[in-house]
Amino acid sequence: MKRPLLSCVMLNPKQVLEFNLPQWDLLIRQARTANVLASLAELLDANALEIPERARLHLKSAQIHADRFNIALAFEITCIEKALKDIPMALVLLKGSAYFMAGNNAAKGRVFSDVDILVPEQQLMAVEMALTNAGWMTNTLDPYDQKYYRLWMHEIPPLRHLKRQTSIDVHHNILPKTTCICPDANKLLLGAIKVPESNCWVLAPEDRVLHSATHLFHEGEFSQGFRDLRDLDHLLREFATSDDFWPKLLLRAIELQQQIPLFYALRYSHQILQTPIPESVLEASKQRINTTLMDALFLRALLPDHDSCNDKWTRLARSLLFIRSHYLKMPIYLMVPHLLRKTYRRVIGKELH
Amino acid sequence: MSNLPISNIASLSKSQLQQAIIKGLDFKVGCFNVRLVSPIVELVTHLHHLYGANELLAKEDFIDFHVQLSSPSTLRRYFRPQVNFFLDGYAPFKPLPYVQASALFEWGLNWCIASHANQYLIIHAAVVERNGQAFILPGTPGSGKSTLCAALVNQGWRLLSDEMTLLSTHDGQIYPVPRPISLKNQSIDVIKKRSPQSVFGQIVNDTVKGTVGHFCPPELSVQLGENPVFAAKLIFPKYKQGAETELSTLSKSKALLRAAGDCFNYNLLGVQGFDSLSGLVEQCACYEFHYSNLDEALILFTELSHQ
Repeated sequence: MKRPLLSCVMLNPKQVLEFNLPQWDLLIRQARTANVLASLAELLDANALEIPERARLHLKSAQIHADRFNIALAFEITCIEKALKDIPMALVLLKGSAYFMAGNNAAKGRVFSDVDILVPEQQLMAVEMALTNAGWMTNTLDPYDQKYYRLWMHEIPPLRHLKRQTSIDVHHNILPKTTCICPDANKLLLGAIKVPESNCWVLAPEDRVLHSATHLFHEGEFSQGFRDLRDLDHLLREFATSDDFWPKLLLRAIELQQQIPLFYALRYSHQILQTPIPESVLEASKQRINTTLMDALFLRALLPDHDSCNDKWTRLARSLLFIRSHYLKMPIYLMVPHLLRKTYRRVIGKELH
Repeated sequence: MSNLPISNIASLSKSQLQQAIIKGLDFKVGCFNVRLVSPIVELVTHLHHLYGANELLAKEDFIDFHVQLSSPSTLRRYFRPQVNFFLDGYAPFKPLPYVQASALFEWGLNWCIASHANQYLIIHAAVVERNGQAFILPGTPGSGKSTLCAALVNQGWRLLSDEMTLLSTHDGQIYPVPRPISLKNQSIDVIKKRSPQSVFGQIVNDTVKGTVGHFCPPELSVQLGENPVFAAKLIFPKYKQGAETELSTLSKSKALLRAAGDCFNYNLLGVQGFDSLSGLVEQCACYEFHYSNLDEALILFTELSHQ
C-alpha cells in the first residue's frame, strides 16, 4: 500500500519544503482526521520549516487548542489528586495523562478526552465514592451498561464531572476480566514509578509500552489508531536510549502474558513509522501468527481514517478487526447477545455508535 | 489593469453550478477557501441566489474547509428524508430534515470557522462598517442584532458578518466573513417590507430556530471580503417591543466582561484572548442600545458613524 503523506512527513519532515498547496491541504486534512494536527505542528516547528500561510494558520490553531488542553489537564489531575488523597494508594495515571506527567515526547500536542487512572481492585469502591463526593457522576444510568462494565470490564463506567464536564476512566486492570490473557494488575502497580515533584505515579517504561500495545491491539475502533501507533513509536524511540530497555521489555511481556500485542506493536510501528528496533528484538518478539492476514488488516486499519488513506479493503479490514476485538474481549456466549443488543439499540436510535 | 473579470459564482449558469457542486465547487468566503461537494439541488439554488458575488478559486489552492452535504444512504431517503453535514468526512451534527439543507450549510460553515480559526478571537456579534469604522453588535439570539444588521446593510453599510466578528489576535483588526444574513421569524417580514428589492433564499419553517430565511449580502461587501478594518464602536443592542430608542454609554470594564461572555473561544485563547479583547475595548466607544423603532435606530447609527 502507498504510504500516506502524513506518515511520510513524520518520517522525513523536511520534504514539506517541496510541497505544493494541494499537498499541504491533504497533509493538514490527514493530520486533523488522525487527531495529530497539533503534534504535526510541534514536529514542523521543531524542524523550523517554512509553512505556507494558510496551512500555518490551521497548525497554529490546533496548537492553541493543545496548549489550552494541557493547562486544563494539569488542573484536572490536581483535582483528581485532591479527591483521592485520603485513600491509601498511589494515584497511577495511564495513557495520555501519564505521558503528559512523565514528560514523554508522545504527549507533545496530544489532545484526548478522558483521564485514565489505575487503582487496586479492592480500592475501587472507595475511589468511586470519593470521586462521586467530589462531583463526578456516572455517565450512564442504563442498567445493562452498568452491568456490562462492572461484571466484565477492566474499568467502572466512565465518570463525568458535573461542573467541568470532564471525564475520568477508573481502571482496575488494563484488559477486561473476560479476556483470556488478562495480566495481573498488581504487577503493574508494583512496578509503577513516582513522577518527581508530584503526587502522581506512572507505569514503568516497559509497562507503559505494553499497556499502549495491549490497548491498541485489542481495540475495535481505529479512528485513533494512527495516533496510538505514533504514541508507541514515540515511547519506543524515547526509552530505547536506556541500555537494558529492550531485554526488559521482552521479559516483561512474557511476565504479563502480553507477547502478542507486543509483537504487533513492534511489527507495525516498525513497518508504518520505521521505528528503529534492533533486528534481534523483532526476531525475539515473533509469535506464531498468520502475518499475511494480520498485515492485510492492520496495515490498513492503522493508517489515518481519511478517504485519501483508504483503499477498497479498508472498510472490511476495520469491520473484521472490530469483530476480532470483541472476540478477544469476551467469550462467544457473551459476545453474541451483547452485539445483538447494541445493534438493535442502534437501529431504534437509542445509541449513536 | 487587466480586463479579465474575476470569475465568481454568478458567472456560472445554474446547471453549470450544479455540475460543479456535484464534483466540488471551490470558492472564497471572506478570507477562507471553501470546497462544497453535494448532490442536493436546494443547495445549488441557495448558492445561485445568495453567493453570486463570491469569487471562484483558481485551481490548485489550499482549501480551509472541505464541506460535504448529503443524505444518509438508507431507506430514510424515501421516508422523511434527511441531510448530513460533513467537514472532510466528520459529522459534527445530527442529521436534519432534508428541506433544511441550506440552513444546515450556513450553520455548518459557522461551526467550521468557530471551531478552527483560533487566529481570531471570535465574538458572537454582527459587524458592519461605514466611514472606515467597524461597529460591533454582540448579542444573544433575540437581541435583534441580525435585524439591525440587515437594516443597516440595506442602507448601504458594508457587511462584515451578521454572526461572527473575527478579531485578529495578530493585528487587532476585524476580518470580514460576508455571508447571507440569517433572519428569523418576524424579522424576515420586517426586512422584506422595508426593502422589497432585497433577495432572500428559501424560507424554511420549523427549524430549531423557528422560521429561518437568508438574505443576500451586498455585492460590494462580498468583494471586500478580504479587507480588514479597525473597530470603532462596540454596541450591545437589545430589541424590546415598544422600547424608546436609547443609547447609553457602557463603562469599559463592563463592556469587556460582557463581550468576553459573547466570545466563542475566549477561554481557549487564554492570555491572548484577554489582551485582544481589552485592546478592542480600549479602542472602541462602548454603548448599550435599546430600541424598537428601526428608523430611529438607523438615524442614530448614521450619526454615530460621523463621530
